[in-house]
Amino acid sequence: MSFWEYANPRRFMALSAKIQPWVWAAATVLCATGLIWGFFFTPEDFRMGNSVKIIYIHVPSAFIAINAWFMMLVASLIWLIRRHHVSALAARAAAPIGLIMTIVALLTGAIWGKPMWGTYWEWDPRLTSFLILGLFYLGYSALWSAIEEPDAAADLTSILCLVGTVFAVLSRYAAQFWSQGLHQGASLSLDAEENVADVFWQPLVISLAGFVALFLALVLMRTRTEIRRRRLSTLTARDRLA
Amino acid sequence: MIALLARDLRLAIRAGGGFGLGLAFFLILATLVPLGVGPDATLLRPIGPGILWLGALLACLLSLDRIFALDLEDGSLDLLATAPIPLEGVATIKALTHWITTGLPLTVAAPALSLLLFLPTSALPWLVVSLLIGTPALSWLGTFGAALTVGLKRGSLLLSLLVLPLYIPTLVFGAEVVRRGGDGLSVATPLALLAAITLGCVAVLPFATAAALRINLR
Repeated sequence: MSFWEYANPRRFMALSAKIQPWVWAAATVLCATGLIWGFFFTPEDFRMGNSVKIIYIHVPSAFIAINAWFMMLVASLIWLIRRHHVSALAARAAAPIGLIMTIVALLTGAIWGKPMWGTYWEWDPRLTSFLILGLFYLGYSALWSAIEEPDAAADLTSILCLVGTVFAVLSRYAAQFWSQGLHQGASLSLDAEENVADVFWQPLVISLAGFVALFLALVLMRTRTEIRRRRLSTLTARDRLA
Repeated sequence: MIALLARDLRLAIRAGGGFGLGLAFFLILATLVPLGVGPDATLLRPIGPGILWLGALLACLLSLDRIFALDLEDGSLDLLATAPIPLEGVATIKALTHWITTGLPLTVAAPALSLLLFLPTSALPWLVVSLLIGTPALSWLGTFGAALTVGLKRGSLLLSLLVLPLYIPTLVFGAEVVRRGGDGLSVATPLALLAAITLGCVAVLPFATAAALRINLR
């Protein structure tokens, strides 16, 4: 039994129908636990006060925003190499979610930044590269919706995703080039020295897992929708011929 | 390939080819900015490098959708695809033509326009060098974007949405070279990075462009 069996849309639909409720349940429970714990049962930060609690949305959404792009990159590569339609549709399904997560991360960052840094926006490398990431998501989604022929659209967006990845990473380092920035360093690195304190860390990990589950659930749902839409268009095309 | 280059250049230079349009746009932009922000030299001098680089970017963008659109319309793109030279070579030649008709004139005209923006004379050589090194990347990236959108009805707006984010690193390093050059600092790092981006684009992007063209011609 190989992983690639689920590249068959019928098998994928059967499997995803079975696991989808569980993923949704996991997303709900983890998000609820992490966010409620984070919002109501953690102490206030001695410098930031209550505003620190936005971290439970800000960090997970930023994490998803970046990793959704990598998921799209992997899915695009699978499409280009092995021509599995489910993979291309999953990449298409992930793009709007990634865009929304980017916007959420930027907005919560702005709300957090105002009381802490005294400004909603700063041309800081991290903020800049997130804005640029948002532009890449926009272009990718726009190209998908502009091309009518589905296979050509999948091919072209995959190529764009490959080239875009290189330039998104380049832009990130280019932005780092001209300013050092206000944003703190990694809050999630495995190097414990720069991590956030334990009381904030545990609920943060839970809400992070919740956001990952939420992302998975949304991608599954949107991929299923895309597959159904593809089937529907085949059916209507057949009807028109008959 | 030389014949193709000569043909494309002739098409670009003769009437209706749009040659010089980008240059005129560059001139207008350099005129409009001081009119917009005021003729104050202390204000214009620091933003000059950025404005000139932005102008080069936008002027490049203007002529991108013509790279393949006309050839697709009259069917010569199909002929090129079945011709004995590889499609990657065609992509390279198209990008080179685009650079000769936009990037090169912009580089030559930039020092004159920089006077309008009160750029210090110490920055002038670096402006020319950075444009000379950086604008090929713009043409090659633009050719890739044009190949992605070649079959589309309203492709030109989408084209700018796709291509402009790809221009970001070139813009950052290019403007940085001029800024540092003007301040008398060392320009080696941004210049090396700019050259690296251009060389990488020239080496790799024709393959992506050709792949996109094959999909669109399928």
